[in-house]
Amino acid sequence: MSNFISFTDKGLYCQVGDFYIDPWKPVGKAIITHGHSDHAYFGHKYYLCHTLTKPILQLRLGENNYQTLNWSEAIKINNVRVSLYPAGHIIGSSQVRLEHKGQVWVVSGDYKVEDDGISGKFEPVNCNTFVTESTFGLPIYKWKPQQEVYENIITWINKNKENGKASVLLAYSLGKAQRVLQAIKETTQTIFAHGAVFNMQQGLIDAGWDICRVVRVTPETPKELLKGAVVIAPPSADGTPWMKKFHPYSVGVCSGWMQVRGNARRRNVDAGFALSDHADWDGLLQTVKATGAEKVFVTHGFQSAFSRYLNEEAIAMAAEVKTQYGNEDEEAPDLPVEEKIEQ
Amino acid sequence: MTAGNLNNDMAHSPDVPGNGETTISGLELFARLIGELNSSTKTNDKLQSLVDYFAIAPDRDKVWVIAVFSGRRPRRIVSSTLLRDWCSEITRYPAWLLDECYHTVGDLAETLALLLPETKHTDNSNQNLSYYLETFINIEKQDESVRKSFIFDSWQQMSRDERFVFNKLITGGFRIGVSQKMIVNALVKIVDLSASVIAHRISGNWDPVTTSFNDLLSESASLSDFSKPYPFYLAYALEEEPDVLGDEKDWQAEWKWDGIRGQIVKRNNEIFVWSRGEELMTDKFPEYFILKDLLPDGVVIDGEIIPAIEGKPLPFSVLQTRIGRKNIGKTQLQDAPICFFAYDLLEYKGADFREKPLYERRNQLAEIIDPIKNKAIKISEILFFSSWDELKELRKSSREMNSEGIMLKRKNSDYKVGRKRGDWWKWKIDPFTIDCVMVYAQKGSGRRSNLYTDYTFAVRDGDNLVTFTKAYSGLTDKEFAQVDNFVKRNSIEKFGPVRTVKPELVFEIAFEGIAVSNRHKSGVALRFPRMSRWRKDKSVDEINTIDDLKAMLKMYGK
Repeated sequence: MSNFISFTDKGLYCQVGDFYIDPWKPVGKAIITHGHSDHAYFGHKYYLCHTLTKPILQLRLGENNYQTLNWSEAIKINNVRVSLYPAGHIIGSSQVRLEHKGQVWVVSGDYKVEDDGISGKFEPVNCNTFVTESTFGLPIYKWKPQQEVYENIITWINKNKENGKASVLLAYSLGKAQRVLQAIKETTQTIFAHGAVFNMQQGLIDAGWDICRVVRVTPETPKELLKGAVVIAPPSADGTPWMKKFHPYSVGVCSGWMQVRGNARRRNVDAGFALSDHADWDGLLQTVKATGAEKVFVTHGFQSAFSRYLNEEAIAMAAEVKTQYGNEDEEAPDLPVEEKIEQ
Repeated sequence: MTAGNLNNDMAHSPDVPGNGETTISGLELFARLIGELNSSTKTNDKLQSLVDYFAIAPDRDKVWVIAVFSGRRPRRIVSSTLLRDWCSEITRYPAWLLDECYHTVGDLAETLALLLPETKHTDNSNQNLSYYLETFINIEKQDESVRKSFIFDSWQQMSRDERFVFNKLITGGFRIGVSQKMIVNALVKIVDLSASVIAHRISGNWDPVTTSFNDLLSESASLSDFSKPYPFYLAYALEEEPDVLGDEKDWQAEWKWDGIRGQIVKRNNEIFVWSRGEELMTDKFPEYFILKDLLPDGVVIDGEIIPAIEGKPLPFSVLQTRIGRKNIGKTQLQDAPICFFAYDLLEYKGADFREKPLYERRNQLAEIIDPIKNKAIKISEILFFSSWDELKELRKSSREMNSEGIMLKRKNSDYKVGRKRGDWWKWKIDPFTIDCVMVYAQKGSGRRSNLYTDYTFAVRDGDNLVTFTKAYSGLTDKEFAQVDNFVKRNSIEKFGPVRTVKPELVFEIAFEGIAVSNRHKSGVALRFPRMSRWRKDKSVDEINTIDDLKAMLKMYGK
């Protein structure tokens, strides 16, 4: 049973079921936890994902052989019972539950515990073996309640307005942007957006989501309209000529990494808001305990520290695993193709 | 503060005072100031934050902020190790986990602030900044248990941001780009005094515990401490040939000496020696005591503190052997005798001389020093040259003189405050350089935490590599990002925070001096090493060898 799931150079592989979970190289069958680019790769022959993830994959990867599931709905793949449970990370994000011969495995994908009102409410799933992320698996990462962070963002926007500055908020176009937009939509009549954010927002609206509408910034957008405006852009827009249009402006980054001052300073941003779509230290611990898993595999993030802590505190038998996830928050360029068009 | 902001603050505060004013503790104001200074990237924004702070902060706190940013922080009351232990005790996190966090954050004060449990901010029970700093002084010598309970109690009452500044006050060094000059520029907008008077007042030997804001910056009485030095005038580097400076007859040239820039103050029949960092160093240089009897009263002389035998300077490394010591013994006095190479006269007969032209100040300086004839002081000689070309020739002999190059000063210039362009230039000789390969990398701190920016370099020794220096500066942000990326993909082993890296990237290291070291494997220690170029054109086979270093050592090491 121990090698029911193996960690291969293509990704997490289930031998009995002959499928992969979030593989980073082209495979036959892939179960996709969510639509971020480091989890949903191009080129698989068959995709299984949550109903709400499908439109996102269509938007990003085009037409493919997609099959969807609702939460708690199960199918059998080669004798393995597969079902999905909400992961609370972004729209459609799911944990993958695998059951075979009475043993239950859960692969978390990315998750957060706090309910953001859009992504579905995370629920821990009982299992024998839990594969967890650990993006923020150090105790320095403990999030403030999101309401408090939203208030800080709004205060910052208002202060910028008073000083005649535009507020440029950097947020990942899928997930963080929707969350931030939801929180700040009352502060101003029009919210402007970078092409990458606009396309994502529009795609979601087309898929039937009732979310805040944004106005795309184009070379034709008159500069007067942008004076003191609120603008949402992906992190990769920072420092590009695209930003010049908003001058004078202040830049705020919404990311869990902003918890540490050095990160905000290194990026030379004016304000950092520690708002994350990943579980914080307490969230990770609480989840591992709630699953009741006796065995835990810790993937992308602070896997060595988090697994060591789980072992030493006898919370579970833990081991670290190397994967290629975990780039969506900071380093990976966000939808480069669309941005090129924009510039 | 605008009405909008006020309302916002009131909404957060559970008990709104009846008079409509918010009560913000001095510590919270200070934490906000540090937050703003931390996040702003523009000098003007920082200045504005300071001005705003000085406009509303309690007087005692203002005095302390000036003190802290001019290097007058109270002595450290606990070690970093104890702070870590206590944090472990409260949080129950094991020591290794704390270390892991520390390496990610890159700053102990911040790490602890993030780890300690969040408090419910019930009321503004916090005190002013002055309370905490003065308590540090009061309990410094007391039992560990007293210090511990003070720190525990304080932590418990503080928000995360307040804890951060509180811890920072203990561990030291804010590193937020606030110079003494910036403090002066902010104070200029608050009190009716000129920048140089303020700079003068806040330098020197004053005690924040006994000095009130009014004493320090009173606009009338010149109740001043008679030990005070003047702010130093610093030169910019001359990057071009001196021909651009115009007529050579307008310029005075002298050697650029490689010691510690300092001022000797003699007033009220006492003598004080100040370093450029405005540190009082009188006791470190007993050689100068005799100047108390030899110099006239009411003079301030600018010059270089430098080891020299019979007027001939020794390498800087000789001075280094005594700087760190608390007590100077016979050996040091014998092996590294100190002389003062006088450059300039800032005060004469108790009067500020700085606005007089340089040639006049120099003449007066010579009149004072020439008759003294003591090995503790000499004039830094003026170099004779009749054309720029002649001076260029002369500069080539800098190394033999143990000098770093040539100083050029406009003959009719006044003595300015801080680094100013135009009248004073340092025309340094090119640094030593050596090509080597990066072998270890470690994450930086502060702005560079999370990025591998601190590197160790090696040269070849036969078939082996031998490490000889570290360097942290000289690359652009973009290059650092590229090297960081390389480190992450090419690390071989991990020792705590240090990664050994595939020896592949070749850099040119520039440095100002070389000396024997028993501490480093290579047997040499470099002065001010930095990365001058990333030699993408070179491979590891083409780097310098340990023999090259040894040859440099032999030529210039002593």
